Amino acid sequence: MRFIATAFAASAFLFCDAGSATDAVAIVNAKLETVTHGTISSGTLVMQGGKIVALGANVRPPAGARVLDAAGRTVTPGLIASSTNLTVAEVNLVAETRDDAGGDRVSAGFDVQYGVNPESTLLAVARETGVTHAIVSPLVGRAEAFADEHDDESMQGGGGDGVTALPSLFAGQAAVVRLMDGEPDLVMRARMAVVVDLGQSGAQHAGGSRGATFVLLQSALADARHYAAHRADYDRGATRTYGLPAFDLEALVPVVEGRTPLLVRVSRAADIRQALALARREHVRMIIEDAQEAWMVADEIAAARVPVVLDPQDDLPRSFESLAARLDNAARLQQAGATIAIKASRNFNSLRPIRLNAGTAVAYGLTRAQALAAITINPARIWGIAARAGSLEVGKDADVVLWSGDPLETMTFAQSVFIGGVEQPLNSRRQQLQERYSQPGAGYPPAYR
Amino acid sequence: MRGYMASLRGPSIASVTGAALLLVGCVDAPAVKTPEQPPAKPAEAVPLPRALDPYSNLDPYPSTYRPLPSQPVAIVGATVLTATGQQIENGVVVLAEGRIVAVGDAATSIPAQAQRIDARGKWVTPGIIDAHSHLGVYPSPGVSSRQDGNEMTNPNTAGVWAEHSVWPQDPAFQRARAGGVTTLLILPGSGNLFGGRSVTLKNVPAVTVRDMKFPGAPYGLKMACGENPKRSYGMKGQAPSTAMGNVFGYRKAWLDATEYARKWAAYRARVAKGEQADAPARDLTLDTLAGVLAGEILIQNHCYRADEMATMIDLAHEFGLHIAAFHHAVEAYKIAPLLAQEHICAAIWGERGGMKMEAMDGIGANAALLQRAGSCVIIHSDDTILMQRLNQEAAIAVGAGLRAGIDIPRAQAIAWITANPAHALGIDGQVGTLEPGKMADVVLWSGDPFSVYTVAEQVFIDGALAYDRHDARFQPRSDFELGQPGAGAFHP
Repeated sequence: MRFIATAFAASAFLFCDAGSATDAVAIVNAKLETVTHGTISSGTLVMQGGKIVALGANVRPPAGARVLDAAGRTVTPGLIASSTNLTVAEVNLVAETRDDAGGDRVSAGFDVQYGVNPESTLLAVARETGVTHAIVSPLVGRAEAFADEHDDESMQGGGGDGVTALPSLFAGQAAVVRLMDGEPDLVMRARMAVVVDLGQSGAQHAGGSRGATFVLLQSALADARHYAAHRADYDRGATRTYGLPAFDLEALVPVVEGRTPLLVRVSRAADIRQALALARREHVRMIIEDAQEAWMVADEIAAARVPVVLDPQDDLPRSFESLAARLDNAARLQQAGATIAIKASRNFNSLRPIRLNAGTAVAYGLTRAQALAAITINPARIWGIAARAGSLEVGKDADVVLWSGDPLETMTFAQSVFIGGVEQPLNSRRQQLQERYSQPGAGYPPAYR
Repeated sequence: MRGYMASLRGPSIASVTGAALLLVGCVDAPAVKTPEQPPAKPAEAVPLPRALDPYSNLDPYPSTYRPLPSQPVAIVGATVLTATGQQIENGVVVLAEGRIVAVGDAATSIPAQAQRIDARGKWVTPGIIDAHSHLGVYPSPGVSSRQDGNEMTNPNTAGVWAEHSVWPQDPAFQRARAGGVTTLLILPGSGNLFGGRSVTLKNVPAVTVRDMKFPGAPYGLKMACGENPKRSYGMKGQAPSTAMGNVFGYRKAWLDATEYARKWAAYRARVAKGEQADAPARDLTLDTLAGVLAGEILIQNHCYRADEMATMIDLAHEFGLHIAAFHHAVEAYKIAPLLAQEHICAAIWGERGGMKMEAMDGIGANAALLQRAGSCVIIHSDDTILMQRLNQEAAIAVGAGLRAGIDIPRAQAIAWITANPAHALGIDGQVGTLEPGKMADVVLWSGDPFSVYTVAEQVFIDGALAYDRHDARFQPRSDFELGQPGAGAFHP
């Protein structure tokens, strides 16, 4: 299905490129924050055939194009939300709507792409916050119908993700989705990372201690290497015993071959060092996530060219592995030369928009440009979609947002969101409820509105 | 704005405030008959031991709060949001001896001895009040030996007090203060129908919780609607397991409390007449509920759904109760006029909703729609991260209002995190606005507090500098963080 969708998009592009201007849209009088090539204080951006076809201060809208006057407002590339459960979880505490945790039958082989639901009501919520792409990553364990009673409301709290830990080291394989309305297949890239929990959570999954986690992880990678070289023997039952079944080893083969990164969830500085050492030893590509104490080893992270996905609000010693959490973690990593991506709510129903987390990082030391990059081009590069997304450049997908003001500010909202050059409906359930209940009734109950 | 606040104060709240004052001085109050008084008849040979009489000492764990040392301060040149509806440009705010002594424009006279703070380009607001916090009862780090917020052994634990769980060394208190939070309502969790008593704290570093207790603040009672209590007990095969089981549990408890209060009233009436009487058996759970019936303790009710809030309002009418606030009231906008009419505040988030069935209909415009209907809006946290940016959460709610075509000025929206929570906590006579005579709980912001780029620069509690972003001497660290990685420093 993915192949067909891609082929269709490609043919649409060719068709439009051949001369039709019927689907062309030009946003004029816009402040264009390109991310990769600075800011054009007043310019025009033209979209056609699903792509950005022109942008600049002196670009004229093509004949027949729909012209949208930005009246000086800001246009950015669509935002990329790292580390979410968008499209694979609907109501966080209703277990049967959760497809983001692998359970106990599959570990590395767990593949979130098969659970992606293009009808999720949260897609519209995400688009309303200017998000056009989301990284859908799995959790280790099994989703449960309940969380801690003390702060069920707090999905940010420790243990509040409604997932029960099971003895499975790997969470599974992540995917990138593009939030295009009406598109049956949202998956833009599948199996683009294998997720593993190290640190406290990983230790728990491995039986209690970090020493077990790393031994199991190294053993799994060794098994994957051996398996890759002995598939025929394996099929004959002639290989040594592996710690994981073939469907898990298959997922790890591209990891040990350096084609797919290992996304490592890790917090403590010492654990980050161990993870970096493992990446060196095993010659695997690595991305680290959470990384509250990363600032303590920022130079080593930068030298290893390992990107970091972090939440800039994280400043509490929530656990014994994040005692040194600080609000300037992002700024210190950036300063050291590391590539960072900013994340926000994993669940779009416990919403803290990613744009505001970028703003928070600015309050604690990032420049505004660095913060915007951390929710656009940086995640695009980290997740392997930079050829199509993450900046305003000719030839990239026309996934752009027109904002009511500064996109990193509290009171700003996305006025128009284009994906593939098509203006997306901003009509979430929330929006519809608001409209229903802000009208005066005429004797009939709200259900008639 | 004063009119708005006054209109919120229904008759029951007025009586609550009176009762709260009575509570502080209860031992001397003439209306309270204590067993120490000489019996009128020799027949009453053995006086009731004090511990057996709930009215002998209504404040057995009294506040020992003392303000930090302070000197007179004049904050000059800032944009001032008073939370009484005013926004003053180039304003002056004078603090002395723990109180606000003057708030006004540039012409306001500044006492000669006051230290002048040049606040041009900056903003000043009242200290932020978080009406929903679990700091200290669910502290950081969140290890299993410190999960002290839910006494989930009985659906009615009205007799437990959150202050007896608070760990004052919770490092999160320091983060909240750096976010401008000067007062917190610490609540038990929502696993029970009646979670227990809440406690109102001044956010000062302290060795004991009594050193943080807000002097004279009334107690609160945590009640919970909906999914949490029925799930907690239903899973154990115990009542309640359904929503109707929840309501049965509330009604049963209020019946028992009404009967308990009646017995004690009858007993006190007989003693007052000098007659011989057997005292009812004291019950700590019913003490709290009777305190609510007497208007001395305020109901803080976790309740998401509009229909369940309406049921709780009926319950309140049935037993002569008043609910101070519905917390997490994500559907409050559906019954905004009812909440306005009942003088019940809605304590809500900016945009959260949908994380469980009873939260499905949360919308960003909740606050704006409530404000438009004349209801009392509170933006609360229930979260150790969100609490550090309640000003931004209020701004998010304003932004959602703008998107819905409702423009709420900053001068009004600031009340969502200051004056309105003060009202719901029964401490609006003391804090929540910048008005002469009130406690000098004040935040100096680096800029517009509704901006994502703004941070709190200085936080004053009772006129004393309790936090300074640029001066390490005023960045207190909890005992727990000493000698730990990071050493408790959390910002540049």
